[in-house]
Amino acid sequence: MADNMVNIYIWIVLSPLIGSIIAGFFGHRVGRSGAHWVTIIGVAISCVLSIYVYKHINIDGGETFNGTIFTWLETAEYSFVVGFLVDELTSMMMVVVTFVSLMVHIYTIGYMKEDPGYQRFFSYISLFTFSMLMLVMANNFMQLFFGWEAVGLVSYLLIGFWYTRDTAIYANMKAFLVNRVGDFGFLLGIAGVLMYFGSLDYATVFAGVGDVNGQTMEIIPGSHWSVMTVICISLFIGAMGKSAQVPLHVWLPDSMEGPTPISALIHAATMVTAGIFMVTRMSPLFEFSETALSFVLVIGAITALFMGFLGLVQNDIKRVVAYSTLSQLGYMTVALGASAYAAGVFHLMTHAFFKALLFLGAGSVIIAMHHEQDMRKMGGLRKYMPFTWITSLIGTLALIGTPFFAGYYSKDSIILAVQQSQIAGSSFAYFAVLAGVFITALYSFRMYFLVFHGKERMDEHTREHLHETDKVVWIPLVLLAIPSVFVGAFFVGDMAFGDFFGKAIFVLPEHDVLAKVGENFHGWFAMGLHAFVPGPAWFAAAGVLVAWFFYMKRPDIPDWFEQKLSFVHNVLVNKYFADKFNEVVFAGGSRGIGKFLWQIGDVKIIDGLIVNGSAKTVGAISAVIRHIQTGYLYHYAFAMIIGLIILMGLFVL
Amino acid sequence: MIALSDYLILAAIMFSISVAGIFLNRKNIIIILMSIELMLLSVNINFIAFSHFLGDLAGQVFVFFILTVAAAEAAIGLAILVVLFRNKRTIDVDELDTMKG
Repeated sequence: MADNMVNIYIWIVLSPLIGSIIAGFFGHRVGRSGAHWVTIIGVAISCVLSIYVYKHINIDGGETFNGTIFTWLETAEYSFVVGFLVDELTSMMMVVVTFVSLMVHIYTIGYMKEDPGYQRFFSYISLFTFSMLMLVMANNFMQLFFGWEAVGLVSYLLIGFWYTRDTAIYANMKAFLVNRVGDFGFLLGIAGVLMYFGSLDYATVFAGVGDVNGQTMEIIPGSHWSVMTVICISLFIGAMGKSAQVPLHVWLPDSMEGPTPISALIHAATMVTAGIFMVTRMSPLFEFSETALSFVLVIGAITALFMGFLGLVQNDIKRVVAYSTLSQLGYMTVALGASAYAAGVFHLMTHAFFKALLFLGAGSVIIAMHHEQDMRKMGGLRKYMPFTWITSLIGTLALIGTPFFAGYYSKDSIILAVQQSQIAGSSFAYFAVLAGVFITALYSFRMYFLVFHGKERMDEHTREHLHETDKVVWIPLVLLAIPSVFVGAFFVGDMAFGDFFGKAIFVLPEHDVLAKVGENFHGWFAMGLHAFVPGPAWFAAAGVLVAWFFYMKRPDIPDWFEQKLSFVHNVLVNKYFADKFNEVVFAGGSRGIGKFLWQIGDVKIIDGLIVNGSAKTVGAISAVIRHIQTGYLYHYAFAMIIGLIILMGLFVL
Repeated sequence: MIALSDYLILAAIMFSISVAGIFLNRKNIIIILMSIELMLLSVNINFIAFSHFLGDLAGQVFVFFILTVAAAEAAIGLAILVVLFRNKRTIDVDELDTMKG
């Protein structure tokens, strides 16, 4: 049995890789349909097997697997291996990743129909699925880092998929560079783990927490820092890069330059949640550093609230969804900071479904609008695209946390957990997530109303061609809409408040806010009804109402705000000047340092002083010395005699 | 009876003359060669004198060696001189300053 399971795990990982290789290297030979068939079959195998594994572990209560598959490198002290850790958390992530990936594969057939890079695209997304599975199934930091970098690479390739566009190249470079900043922290964290725990294997590291906890290190002489805090914050900096938390969030909105299926798969549903997954996986470490948890909490709260504001002023349909993703990632991070890891992962899962749905819905709209993404030129699409309309409405309702929809359960669990949390920064976080609910509802329904309702603002030519998109496009929408509605109610009892994750997540008893919340939990239906007492759901309702009033009833009000509060509007449109700041301070700063090092350091000091300077010194000295070299034989002979006499004098005396 | 010191004084005088000859002469490279020969001969006198007075034949054996080397050196020195003259058309020491820095 165990051997069978190992084979299954290996095939789950390998089948997308094989599909990717075939579609990538033999794309011309297999042709367009060959490429999509081979990758879809690969991912479908992976998805079916993942569901089987999920059943085996989470439902049948099968054993969790933790073992080495392949030893890559062995030294006297350490060994670097490829190994799998498959427990409740992993199996859930595997299902989410492969399912959303499969939907996106199918959807891509419709979305990329006319693109010349068809095979390349399929090869990339299959490669992504492989990398992401390697990441979530890792049982050691080495493989985690491999998956981490591999998904980063695919993200880079796909943001720049249309590599002839300057903006795409700029965006993928930006994503790559910003992620390097995060990865640097991540690497430092891994190095810290290796240094203090002496191993990269999860199980060994987690078992060694007791020894390391309480140790201090001295990075700046004179200040003692807790090792756990330093390691956890370094690891979290990695998560900040990948999961786009303030201030490393700047790459995510720009990543929308990539094709929409990618925005759905990588930049909303799966890859960006890798940071959340990683922190959850590291919960046995994070639990022992309250400072790190506070840091996580505050960063998450800032992201959740302030990125939501930006969604209010964007006109590009994909960018609104992108900022909403940022804000939701902030919610997950808040949950992690409040030690409600289970709620964070629960929100990760529900979010994966409804955000993928929203993105694919937006993509469907974009196809119908002939690749027009400006919401000001849309409106009234409800009549033309019924499937897209309904599924997008479901996605939006799930996102804002309408009672009984998936997002409601996960987001409410987070809010309630934060309310119970006692660690520093939790009251600010509570305010931020609560205000965030209102903002989320406002921008989501702003987008929904602008796109599907109201006046038809597109030009005549586009209107004539408006129609529902192909089956391959809307079927994934429907398939994603189903879990977007039900998955929350279905899993809330187990996942957020129950023992779903078993030993995969570790929470100290004094941090266990979910248990406190769980005391008042009486089933999913009661929780849904709970929305009708004043609370977060009222904020959401208020947001919807305000959105309806502003964008349907009185469209002049937002314009009026724009003019009256032009300063605020300006700050929001410029995204808090974060891009400007990075461009001027970091990009400009490093260019300045580079220029300084080039002109002063290299040209002046190294070339001028050290290289040419020493040559010139030798020249100047020899210009004087060479007068001694007369060339006359008797002078040399005289010098020899003098030398001889001196030596003999020294010898005799 | 001639004392050892007499020989040594003679050798020292010969050596000094040859040293002076090397760098007092400004005209002729042949004189430098001759001075070197004279130096070697003065050393030979030292060897012979010590050999005789100490009753050790090794000194005289050395003299033979030195004479042989001196002969060879003179041959090579003169050969170089001939080549030098062919190239430079002069053996004037003051004009041979190719090595001047």
